[in-house]
Amino acid sequence: MGASDAPIVEKAGAPARRRGRTRVGDAVFKGMTRIVAFGLVMLLVLMIGVLAADGVRPFREFGWRFLIGRNWNPVAGRQSFGALPFIYGTVVTSTIAIVLAVPVAVGLALLLNEVARGWLANIVAVLVDLLAAIPSVVFGLWGVFVLQPAMDRTIEPFLANTVGKVPLVGPLFRANVSGGFQGGDVFTAGVILAVMIVPIVTAVGREVVSTVPRDLREAALALGSTRFEMVRMAVLPYSRSGIVGASMLGLGRALGETIAVAMVVGNSLGIHVSLFNGGYTIPAVIANEFREASSEGLHKASLLALALILIAIALMFAALSRLLVRRSAALVSGGPAPPATELARLEGAA
Amino acid sequence: MIPAAGVVRSPGVSRARRIRDRAFTAGVWACGAIALLPLMLIFAFVIGKGAAALNLDFFTKEPNPPGVPGGGIVQAFIGTGMIMGLAIAFSVPLGLLTGIYLAEYGRGRTAGFVRFIAEILLSTPSIVAGAFVWAVVVVAMGTFSAIAASIALTVLMWPILTRATEEILRLVPDDLREAGLALGLARWRVILRVVVPTAGSGIFTAIMLAVARGMGETAPILLTALGNDFVNTNPGAPTDAVPLRIYFYAGSPVVQFHALAWGGAITLLAAVLVLSITARVLSHRQLKRVH
Repeated sequence: MGASDAPIVEKAGAPARRRGRTRVGDAVFKGMTRIVAFGLVMLLVLMIGVLAADGVRPFREFGWRFLIGRNWNPVAGRQSFGALPFIYGTVVTSTIAIVLAVPVAVGLALLLNEVARGWLANIVAVLVDLLAAIPSVVFGLWGVFVLQPAMDRTIEPFLANTVGKVPLVGPLFRANVSGGFQGGDVFTAGVILAVMIVPIVTAVGREVVSTVPRDLREAALALGSTRFEMVRMAVLPYSRSGIVGASMLGLGRALGETIAVAMVVGNSLGIHVSLFNGGYTIPAVIANEFREASSEGLHKASLLALALILIAIALMFAALSRLLVRRSAALVSGGPAPPATELARLEGAA
Repeated sequence: MIPAAGVVRSPGVSRARRIRDRAFTAGVWACGAIALLPLMLIFAFVIGKGAAALNLDFFTKEPNPPGVPGGGIVQAFIGTGMIMGLAIAFSVPLGLLTGIYLAEYGRGRTAGFVRFIAEILLSTPSIVAGAFVWAVVVVAMGTFSAIAASIALTVLMWPILTRATEEILRLVPDDLREAGLALGLARWRVILRVVVPTAGSGIFTAIMLAVARGMGETAPILLTALGNDFVNTNPGAPTDAVPLRIYFYAGSPVVQFHALAWGGAITLLAAVLVLSITARVLSHRQLKRVH
């Protein structure tokens, strides 16, 4: 599959007419694939352009107060749009998700690539893939009827009685503003998000870990390392920036996750220290209010502005992640990243 | 591959180091258990609560009004079928052609740029795809519709299909391409008659995975198809979908609807898992054949 298209046909001495037709056919087909491929780039440009066209209105109206204002009121006459509660909720739920998911995902990547062998490893890998395939709304349904009651009755009171008494982090784990643990809250949303992003972080983590050269592992083993020491001295140092990249991809996914979060986060505007309070996220408010907002109004424009902020942040993390993962692979092998078949497959299912 | 377990038992390894190694092994296995526990719990509850909700009415009737027991969500099944059919019709040609461009013609900086964009578009938040398509399609058509929903899903499925198609076409050995060219076939015919058919089952797998992903999406459909309590077969009108129905009913105060939500969850989950598992089995076979 060289870059030149026609020379073989020319050498064969085909009639001029046929040669011409072949050239035309090649040019047309290549042109078509190229146009469609650039269409994908145009899609991104168009998305940002369309969202920005309306999304600038709240910024014009409120300036930076749109981002730091705490008052969100779509009622006509008293309209005010400050997005801080959503930004806060999005950051907090995603942070919880990353804190919980990354250690598990790294452990899982090491398990699948370094420790487990044979059928048991296969089964674990298949099951992690299945986790990625579960639709968001099914996570949400399970969250509403199973996880949230368990959180309210057992897990959150337990955490409040134990971790809640520890200085510094304690205030994060106290009873909510109504004095109990009832209702949706940012902690439950963070836990669901963590479960949802483990597969993607694991997949990128495995991709990263698999690029560590065999020589390094064998050198470590030859020096008498145990497997743990081999992982600590050879695998982890070379994977560090790639693991950061994997976490960023997970973070980008967590920020944009909508339905499961909207179902368990409580959808309330307050900003509180304790994670057991209800909150609200950017995707959740778009999902809840978009259809009610009138098409021309400032309310809709504010929701479109939030969508713009969301895609900008999500794609930025995705881009950073890709660069980091690639760099980590290039550092080790001196070449481009290996084909990410595993990842591509999982992306399809995620 | 590396006989690490044997190394641990060698006499030079001190007790402390051996314990640390064991702890590490136990730790990573624990990570596996922690990650899979929610999977098991979700399966258990969806199967337990969902199976009870399934009967013939569930698949053939529209929902009953609150207070009247029974009823089904047939409009959601028809809507999902319609939306997915359109989404496949739009996204598969786009994804395949982009994948072919990247795998067969994709050299140099331009292709690298397209590939990078395709990669980061995989992280497009699904709700944003919905808002974007609302602003473009729903506003232009003046109504929510199955067409708008399928375009929103196309925004999400196009990059998935692109990346997967490129990976799969790259597995096709260059010998085949060279053989085709040496026989005097034009480049485009080699691609369409030799390369793509060779990768056929792999491409089919990619489509199945993209469909599995699209079928479960709720947020983009919420902003574009709106939902509908009645059967609708007009792709230009508001349409229901299974994930949408689960979302509505999960948040409903009416308890009888919760059962329908679980019923929707078990059918959706079953469809998505059948697609994912079949795709996995197929791609495994494909890999074996190529290597």
